[in-house]
Amino acid sequence: MPQLPIPASPPIAWYLILSVILFALGVAGFLFRRNIITVFMSIELMLNAVNLSFVTFSYKLRQVDGHIFSFFVMVVAAAEAAVGLAIILTVFKNRQTLEIDEVSSLKN
Amino acid sequence: MDSILFIVFAGIAVLCGLNLVLQKHPISSALSLVGVMGSLAVLYLLLGGEFIAMAQLIVYAGAIMVLFVFVIMLLNAGTEPVSKRRLWVTYGGVPLMAAGIGIGAYVLQRSFPSTESVKLGAFQGGGAYEIGKKLFETYVLPFEITSVLILVAIIGAIVLASKEVN
Repeated sequence: MPQLPIPASPPIAWYLILSVILFALGVAGFLFRRNIITVFMSIELMLNAVNLSFVTFSYKLRQVDGHIFSFFVMVVAAAEAAVGLAIILTVFKNRQTLEIDEVSSLKN
Repeated sequence: MDSILFIVFAGIAVLCGLNLVLQKHPISSALSLVGVMGSLAVLYLLLGGEFIAMAQLIVYAGAIMVLFVFVIMLLNAGTEPVSKRRLWVTYGGVPLMAAGIGIGAYVLQRSFPSTESVKLGAFQGGGAYEIGKKLFETYVLPFEITSVLILVAIIGAIVLASKEVN
């Protein structure tokens, strides 16, 4: 079998780079999308990217604390999703729109 | 072997993340996000976090995404229209993002030597026993405060969702 050009096991930096890429995609979605629900999902993507780097550093330091932080992030994300989606429901009931550009009563 | 697993699932995660940002319909974005979360769960397993991987699948890919899909269906959210943006945003956004990722990747590559690699099974401390021991000894106060947070979230969600429109 020929030797592959990639290392047998991935370096730690690869995991962190993946985390950077996912976080950047989350930021891009947060800034460029106009649907409230998609913006909210981009926030979840950013939280997931941060979770990945927590677990990676937990592996590097051989300590379980990163997993605990990641667990707390999941709990807070669940609570945030419940409240945020309730807010989205209320906004839709009051304005019949999901466009973030049209929900601008606080502007100016 | 570990590298191949990492490349496959990291590729799935990045493609699904791109799909999330590029799709026009929210239900496509939601399904892409499920793909990201599932492949991240596999990466957590590679990093030795069995408990976190299962929690990721059950809490994120299960509960939270069902909530999202439920709200998308309930509100009958359709395709979003193409938005008018400023010129520099249209042509400068993607290169700026690529430059940011490139700088981040360079710094990470320089600060973490490539000799240190992630081997499956090298870290055994991510099971339910170790996490439970840590959670109920060192982090018991934050854990209890979390229950209050969830209670507040439940009450807030019920009050917000049941409010009458005047």
